[in-house]
Amino acid sequence: MANVTTAPAVHEDDLLIEEYGYDDHFHEHHHGDKYQSNFVTTYIFSQDHKMIAKQFLITGIFWAIIGAAMSLIFRLQLGFPEENMAWLKPLLGKWITVNDAGIGSLAPEFYYALVTMHGTILVFFVLTAGLSGTFSNLLIPLQIGARDMASPFLNMLSYWFFFLAGIIMFFSLFLNTGPFSGGWTAYPPLSALPQASSGSGAGMTMWIVSLVFFVVSVLLGGINYITTVLNLRTKGMTMWRMPLTIWSFFVTAILGLLSFPVLASAFFLVMCDRGLGTSFFLSEIFIGGQALDHVGGSPILYQHLFWFLGHPEVYIIILPAMGLVSEVLSVHSRKPIFGYKAMVYSIMAIGFLSFIVWAHHMFMSGVNPFISNFFVIFTLIIAVPSAVKVFNWITTVYGGNVRFNSASLYAIGFVSMFISGGLTGIFLGNSAIDIQLHDTYFVVAHFHIVMGVAAFFGMFAGIYNWYPKMFGRFMNETLGKLHFWGTMIGAYAVFWPMHYLGMAGVPRRYYRFDSFEAFGQFVEMNQFITIAAIVTFGFQMIFVINFFYSIWRGKKQTTRNPWKATTLEWTTPIRPGHGNWEGKIPTVQRWAYDYGKDGKEFIPQIQPIGEDESPEAH
Amino acid sequence: MNAPVVATEYRRNRIHSKKFALLVGCASIMMMFAAFTSAYIVRQAAGNWLEFNLPNIFYINTGVILLSSVALHASYLSFKKGKTNMYRSLLLVTLALGLTFLVLQYQGWQALTAIGVGLTTNPSGSFIYVISGLHAAHILGGVAALVVAIIHAYSLTHQVTPARKLRFELTLIYWHFVDLLWVYLLIFFTIQ
Repeated sequence: MANVTTAPAVHEDDLLIEEYGYDDHFHEHHHGDKYQSNFVTTYIFSQDHKMIAKQFLITGIFWAIIGAAMSLIFRLQLGFPEENMAWLKPLLGKWITVNDAGIGSLAPEFYYALVTMHGTILVFFVLTAGLSGTFSNLLIPLQIGARDMASPFLNMLSYWFFFLAGIIMFFSLFLNTGPFSGGWTAYPPLSALPQASSGSGAGMTMWIVSLVFFVVSVLLGGINYITTVLNLRTKGMTMWRMPLTIWSFFVTAILGLLSFPVLASAFFLVMCDRGLGTSFFLSEIFIGGQALDHVGGSPILYQHLFWFLGHPEVYIIILPAMGLVSEVLSVHSRKPIFGYKAMVYSIMAIGFLSFIVWAHHMFMSGVNPFISNFFVIFTLIIAVPSAVKVFNWITTVYGGNVRFNSASLYAIGFVSMFISGGLTGIFLGNSAIDIQLHDTYFVVAHFHIVMGVAAFFGMFAGIYNWYPKMFGRFMNETLGKLHFWGTMIGAYAVFWPMHYLGMAGVPRRYYRFDSFEAFGQFVEMNQFITIAAIVTFGFQMIFVINFFYSIWRGKKQTTRNPWKATTLEWTTPIRPGHGNWEGKIPTVQRWAYDYGKDGKEFIPQIQPIGEDESPEAH
Repeated sequence: MNAPVVATEYRRNRIHSKKFALLVGCASIMMMFAAFTSAYIVRQAAGNWLEFNLPNIFYINTGVILLSSVALHASYLSFKKGKTNMYRSLLLVTLALGLTFLVLQYQGWQALTAIGVGLTTNPSGSFIYVISGLHAAHILGGVAALVVAIIHAYSLTHQVTPARKLRFELTLIYWHFVDLLWVYLLIFFTIQ
């Protein structure tokens, strides 16, 4: 497979690698049956980082479709609560109750289950595993010049733990009592008392078991990413020569490694409350007219533990997207990234600050208002490194010879979304304004734009840009641009109006609003949002079709470096085999962003510094 | 055992990547217990907190686990010096001490129940059971690694190859880690 597309003439990159590369005697070893010798080891239990990346991506797409489809069902309920939903009965079964007049309506408990599952699936399975899992796996070894991850076996386990988590979560959707319905944050007592709601029984048990496996997957992946970045960089690849993608994956992995164990602790205590009768999170509770034995627990404690993960988690989602966007913008603007070191330091600053702002999710939970002040200040400080990044992206594009293709459009769209969503974050970071805005659609609008849509945009930019590296073919550009404009306009149409709902105090997670006089004016707005969501979902189907069609029928990649990028992944053969490079490993002679230097359009990282070349740019 | 190391890259690092990966993994385990102990502090500050003294058996047990670390380290040194019998028997001693630790922890829980601090009596007691229980689960992982090490020690001829040295060092690091983790937890329980 590795030799299929090698051009007959020797590629100039190969000459450079042959001359300056590092010989690790890799291909002299016999690698036995472990790698890509049959169907199972190639496509299923693969230990090759490129295949594992594709597995993460395609599993992520599967979950994204399910999660988004769920949002359509509950948007139908919110936009058109009076409409007949009996046509959904074949899909949802008993969760659609049909009255005597033949009008079907969505069961309220299933509405909550849909909201919960939408959040869980999108946050964990799509934007953590699907985004970071895909691109960390694909790009870390390829961009730092490594044959594979530090431990390919743990890497394979990481995917299969994710897969197992997915299977369990998927099965929980079909439980008789329904999946968990207490919100993706799983606050006690809904999560800790099996009798609290219909989804709190078996649904919650499966939810928590699934997420424990997911935590294992993230930790195994993260250990690998950190070790690989620190230990397996090729000769010459100093930390300050790493592409920003690698920096962002690296910091993301550190965040995951420090925060996910805390989530595991919280889950473990919840399990004890559920199964062993302890009272970590359960206080004096009357349920069904009876007092429970639980005494003295603190649900706020769970919130502290959860958000100590939860806040770094949103940066675990957005940092990889930022890294991908930095790289894509630089490559397609044909300009070096502006302020490389400032970008790196702001990634680190965001990573650090993410650990000391968690209580801004709890301003209204009864946290001491004086302590809230600290969290307000640290939260607002995050605006500084974020702004540094935004300005640097804009200055990178400014004056560039920009290629407007699907990848770069999505990268630019990311910056737009990040600004729009980031600005509302400054509102919400203030504990005083939060009194009005907490738990309203303003919050929904904020986090969907800044970490939902923006992270998706970063992911799309990455997929369109590195698709040739994954499959040796291109995705269709026309469909890609159509997908971009549909998504860009559609996403704003869905989430922009929610700000107005939120400022008027419309609470999130409510099943319907018709019994509230004050919210009557928003009926048409809710209908508009629902229609926009359906249309935007339709545009995503264009992407899905484009993605799978292009795997087999897309335009073939004929040159190694179609984007004329400087980084190492484009010096491999078009379809790199196991070990990535056929001969020696390339060594790195310069940083990753030599675009337009000394009048040359781009200079690959493997090219030695010329004698008359001007000094390094950073 | 001749599994090829895929990532035989340019290696200027002093520390082997597998060893580094293990240390990173230990850091994440540490974060989990840091979460437990900080939850303990937060919950304690909220009041309704039963005060009691830890049964002595937990302190005795700390000696047992420390001793096991010493035994394993001595075994490692003997392994490097080629003293086969010493290396093999000290591994068995480590395993015996590790299992003793688990048994004594169980008796410690029984002693706790005996003084009226049950699993569900008060969160102060629940924390002890849950934290030490989860720690015991991590000891169990170490015991599994020790069993593998013992099988290796007895089934293979004693040779100090880089691969076997690395394997031993990984076991050693993990065992020292769970040992020190218990010492941290005990000190935490005592001074809180």
